[in-house]
Amino acid sequence: MADEVILLGFWSSPFAMRVKIALAEKGVEYEYREENRFDKSPLLLEMNPVKKQIPVLIHNGKPICESTIIVQYIDEVWKNESPLLPSDPHERAQARFWSDFVDTKIYWLGRQVWLSIGEDLEAAKVELIRCFKLLERELGDKPYFGGETFGFVDVSLIPFSNWFYGYEQWGDLSMEAECPKLVDWAHRCRKKESVSQSIPDQQKIYEFLTEIRKKHSSK
Amino acid sequence: MADSSKVTLLDSWYSPFGMRVRIALAQKEIEYEYKEENLSDKSPLLLQMNPVKKQIPVLIHRGKPVCESLIIVQYIDEVWNQKSPLLPSDPYQRARARFWADFVDQKIYSLGKQVWLSTGEAQEAAKKELLDTFKLLEGELGQKPYFGGETLGFVDVALIPFYTWFSSFEHCGNFTMVEECPKLVAWAHKCMEKESVSKTLPDLKKVFDFLMDFIKKQKANK
Repeated sequence: MADEVILLGFWSSPFAMRVKIALAEKGVEYEYREENRFDKSPLLLEMNPVKKQIPVLIHNGKPICESTIIVQYIDEVWKNESPLLPSDPHERAQARFWSDFVDTKIYWLGRQVWLSIGEDLEAAKVELIRCFKLLERELGDKPYFGGETFGFVDVSLIPFSNWFYGYEQWGDLSMEAECPKLVDWAHRCRKKESVSQSIPDQQKIYEFLTEIRKKHSSK
Repeated sequence: MADSSKVTLLDSWYSPFGMRVRIALAQKEIEYEYKEENLSDKSPLLLQMNPVKKQIPVLIHRGKPVCESLIIVQYIDEVWNQKSPLLPSDPYQRARARFWADFVDQKIYSLGKQVWLSTGEAQEAAKKELLDTFKLLEGELGQKPYFGGETLGFVDVALIPFYTWFSSFEHCGNFTMVEECPKLVAWAHKCMEKESVSKTLPDLKKVFDFLMDFIKKQKANK
């Protein structure tokens, strides 16, 4: 029986990108629908009435919400292809821990660097770099966080590599100088087809985010 | 075969996040060593086992740490998978359970703190959002005895420790849970009929007194 898979997303959302990457890794065919953040579709509101947010995966009519939950769902349903989570329970717990770390730290600190100025920006920048260095330590000498193969933490983090250029510009820092291993890792991931076809052009993202930053700081 | 390697839990008696892990361990009838942490004077073991977040709860199994309460509960469910499954076997139902447990994580703690510590309009807004959150949870519970269906599940374990905070919300927010969310109160009482819950949750008055003391100190520091 053919599966019907629909993804509701927004082109610049790192969370939607995670889902696109996971679906591409598994070779799942799906229909992508671009949502307008300021004019949410009836389908989105029906499928995610609690949070009213993208991404939402609709699989044979049933909605799954929250990017890391969707990625785990994809990994469990299409389990014969490119496993994203390890099979060992302790390693799986570690993968979930670091993915949660990306969610609670990288996204929020990055957002502060993106939208603030002065002391707030400085404080966020210092903490963001500290968190990136923790991730570098976790990566160690492995090609991917998942080990020899691309895994759950790689999927969770790689969309934020789109923001590296932005962090450098807004925060006056050099990712290459601060976190060279992470920059290498990002290049390695971006060579993968599942990643390169799922994430937009870095320059386009930077321009889009900078526009919002300008409007935000003029308030 | 049940895993019999040593299990240690680093925790604090009043932590709802720690209570989640204790309930899961009790559901699975796992023997473990409990170590009470003083969060103003963290033990070298805690700092070694959770160097990133330096927080409880931390489960130590086969010498290796597992951190973050919901991640620990999933780990427990996966390792001791012969008894009392907490997560459903169906991937879609599992995703739903994870969604609602994550919802509890994102909402209850931060809104609850605002109800405790703010005043005036800010407190009213937080109270309204907290009650809306509880009502959404009631909607998800529906007619089922537990969020997990006929048996205690992942969302029940994630939420029931916050039952120890209900009276503090009522006191600070000037409302009663039984009037606002009768279904949730009934659900909490049903959970308390289970030994794994009633033996884990500390005395409600003890928690209330502790929280009132905490709130007083926090307000005095401002």
